[in-house]
Amino acid sequence: MTNQYNDLKNSDVILAMGGNPAENHPVAMKWIMKAKEQRGAKLVVVDPKFTRTAARADLYVPMRPGTDIVFLGGLIKYIIDNNLYFKDYVVNYTDASFLVDPNFKLPDELDGVFSGYDEKARKYDRSTWKYQLDENGVPKKDLTLQNPQCVFQLLKKQYSRYTIDTVSNICGSPKDKVEECYKILASTGKPDKVATVCYAMGWTQHTVGVQNIRAFAIVQLLLGNIGMAGGGVNALRGESNVQGSTDQGLLNHILTGYNPTPTASDVDLKTYLEKHTPKTKEPKSVNWWSNRPKYVISYLKAIYGDNATKENDFCFSYLPKRDDGKDYSWLSLFDDMYNGKIKGFFAWGQNPACSSGNAGKVRNALAKLDWLVCVNLWDNETASFWKGPGMDPKKIKTEVFMLPCASSVEKEGSVTNSGRIVQWRYKAVNPPGKAMPDAEIINEIYFRVKKLYEKEKGIFPEPILKLTWEYGEKDKNGKIKHVDIEKISKEMNGYFTADIAEHPIDKKAYKKGQQVPSFVLLRDDGTTACGNWVYSGSHTDAGNMKKRRGKEDPTGLGLFPNWAWAWPLNRRIVYNRASVDLQGNPWDPKRAVIKWDPVEKKWIGDVPDGPAPPLGLEGGRLPFIMKSLGVGTIFGSGLGDGPFPTHYEALECPFQENPLYKKHRINPTVKIFGNDADAFVFCDTRYPYVGTTYRVTEHWQTGLMTRNTDWLREMQPQIFAEIDPVLAKEKGIKSGDKVIVSTARGKVWAIAIVTPRLQPFKVLGQTIHMVGLPWHYGWRWPEDGSGGDTANLLTPTIGDANTLTPETKTFMVNIQKA
Amino acid sequence: MELTRRGFLKISTGALLLSSIGLNLEPAKAYAAELRTKGAKETTTVCPYCSVGCSIIVSVKDGKVINTEGDPDSPINEGALCPKGASIYQMANNPYRLTEPLYRAPGATQWKKISWEEALDRIAKLTKKTRDKYFITKNEKGQVVNRVDAIAHVGSAALDVEECYILQKLMRSLGLVYIEHQARI
Repeated sequence: MTNQYNDLKNSDVILAMGGNPAENHPVAMKWIMKAKEQRGAKLVVVDPKFTRTAARADLYVPMRPGTDIVFLGGLIKYIIDNNLYFKDYVVNYTDASFLVDPNFKLPDELDGVFSGYDEKARKYDRSTWKYQLDENGVPKKDLTLQNPQCVFQLLKKQYSRYTIDTVSNICGSPKDKVEECYKILASTGKPDKVATVCYAMGWTQHTVGVQNIRAFAIVQLLLGNIGMAGGGVNALRGESNVQGSTDQGLLNHILTGYNPTPTASDVDLKTYLEKHTPKTKEPKSVNWWSNRPKYVISYLKAIYGDNATKENDFCFSYLPKRDDGKDYSWLSLFDDMYNGKIKGFFAWGQNPACSSGNAGKVRNALAKLDWLVCVNLWDNETASFWKGPGMDPKKIKTEVFMLPCASSVEKEGSVTNSGRIVQWRYKAVNPPGKAMPDAEIINEIYFRVKKLYEKEKGIFPEPILKLTWEYGEKDKNGKIKHVDIEKISKEMNGYFTADIAEHPIDKKAYKKGQQVPSFVLLRDDGTTACGNWVYSGSHTDAGNMKKRRGKEDPTGLGLFPNWAWAWPLNRRIVYNRASVDLQGNPWDPKRAVIKWDPVEKKWIGDVPDGPAPPLGLEGGRLPFIMKSLGVGTIFGSGLGDGPFPTHYEALECPFQENPLYKKHRINPTVKIFGNDADAFVFCDTRYPYVGTTYRVTEHWQTGLMTRNTDWLREMQPQIFAEIDPVLAKEKGIKSGDKVIVSTARGKVWAIAIVTPRLQPFKVLGQTIHMVGLPWHYGWRWPEDGSGGDTANLLTPTIGDANTLTPETKTFMVNIQKA
Repeated sequence: MELTRRGFLKISTGALLLSSIGLNLEPAKAYAAELRTKGAKETTTVCPYCSVGCSIIVSVKDGKVINTEGDPDSPINEGALCPKGASIYQMANNPYRLTEPLYRAPGATQWKKISWEEALDRIAKLTKKTRDKYFITKNEKGQVVNRVDAIAHVGSAALDVEECYILQKLMRSLGLVYIEHQARI
């Protein structure tokens, strides 16, 4: 989230697309309703299903699953054609005026792909996806936006075919509703009007997931809505700490604080830092990532302490290196497990036997393991996979451990919400029986592995033996008796590892051991340690900022700067320097996130994106500080599948061809998995309906927590399949009937719900029906099997071209009465 | 006027003052049941479900959670909760929770109880054995990679921030590169 949940109340237009806040983030809806009631804001819902959010909307537009880019491409065209973009913002704060390499080609010119496509490798050579540079190495610009080679004109060309007729024809959305939707959203391309978006897995779980989000990010840049109160691009994330766990680098591609994990070609720290530290020749760009060496070296100092020295490359060689060009993400992990390459597996507070796309493949993959460690509050479909449906326990050799952990009220620590606010949770009671907090389990495993390496030696023990682990008092064997969470929190914030007589940034003296006040003071010479630079400032000498409960609201916008702490630097709305004009005056004075005080020569309001003066004044800086050129990028040259979003159909779709680009039905850069378990179909009469998955308020994720909560299970006891009344009549299905939903990979039973909330789509002269199922269920609980099993037994093994996030929102199914 | 929890307490104190200057509140009192949370220790927590970050007050008496309710002081939820957030009382008082480690031997058809000592020692041994057997010092190109592909980890957005931090330390120190979690899917 660029903004905050309660900031939704400051919006004029709220788009819910790829998300259903009333159902899945109900308290977000409180703030949306406030915007409607207090400001007369409009809520627009674009969704394949008439959702609970749609029930409160001013406008609902149905849309066939997997066609978001067509819908949003049409919106971009509408904004440009009708001259409704916010010109001052677009010209000054985005790359719209930048000229692109003359050899760059759009999909319209190359049968559906951008220039540089290698069909065999299913990859792009991105060498033409670049700006033209002047003699100083800075992009050439045409501030009139007329040059046919400028980003703005290329954008216009890219979407020239995405007319409202085309949108209606491909998305199956009524023309008048499409136009009304565009009109409402485009009305915010003015300084004093703001739109926002609430999206979730409805955008990410597609083979074009990243491009779905980028399409709307482009809209927000055109309308000047990023950095504004009530604006931004807002992912309503699915878990209480999924932001925090991502920040801590629990992913194959990132260390803490979004520093990339090294690959084999990063032969030493210098090579790694040179490769990953962006340079800029734009004098007005802050280029914040130029600080990367400070953050990476401080991270190495935090995890390897005094062992990390300049002489030994700060123990850089201790970090495991991925092979260049190989994917290590979720789908590949389970593919390798299915192929028998993975022997040991930790499933920590996660239930992949239900949550993964193509869950049946995951269940079979688990049977190939030598050992499996599950840590959870309850028994689950992953830990007990060996006695699940179709399994013969006697033949399964996997050794399994199920370790009971503490719930959120049985330990202390913090969680980070979607708005990056890190809030503390206090311990209320002890865990039941012998259950232990996860931190204690981690500590126990670390200590025991370390002892074994001390005693028995082994291969390359240094990274284990030299790891810092000073989290409390030790017993006679050297084990931490009880993990002190505050000590971890302090290590994450960072501290000085040497006395500093005068810090070059703030001219102050610091003592060894003192907490670093913020990441601004981190250094690349080993004199600071910091476990996660984005959390630097959260636990300073002033104390644990995550515990704060102050209710002051100086801006009147509801930013509440003293309520807990938000990363980075307690900034509540990121890119807020884009909310002011070149002199530092807010575009909308009634919603001033920050403003420049010309007398005091400083910013007032939210923590600004850097202290430099506004762009138009001496020493002024561009607003998009994390981008090397300082501007919002409409031309996304860093992505794997194209600098502009382009419509491709889902891996499984009802058509033989992509209606827009005949030669490329699906995203040409997605990784295709070829195991026997990865079967897929398209335009196949055996599976004629579009399947999609979603959630219900009463359950959460695989339902493990909520199926085990009697009150909630009673409200939503079992899996259901929703279908429209026309299909129901055709198939002779009535509400309450037991049905079988099947795909090329598996089948589940469900209880049918026939509902007008679903309506057939008229697409390219065909009638397309949809079958929607929640995926919260599993065979293990309730024990009598009355809940059914997960809808992920149906979903395919395919992911987004950039992130490999599984495409579980669009696939082809059949449905029959059981 | 917005009524915060603290504000409410102040008003209650005011009412007590009123009664002490002669206003008789006895009839009203007769119908007022004693608060269930009277004498309970209150702590705050954040809902473990979605990512809104709603604050919840947890009341504890005799080591047991006796009540959970939305925290009106939080500017994020102002006391409101959804059905899931409103049900965390049943997460804390839950008959189905795991209370001790369980073990399933290869080919076994049942779980059996195991002590923490035994389970953790065995996990440490298996981790070391697999790591040592499959550790890759150099890849096919001869580049130093110092990793193990034969052990994988998934999870966890269900943990606290600080736990996630030491978890990534542990897994990376072992040489794992297959580290993934909920954020991917």
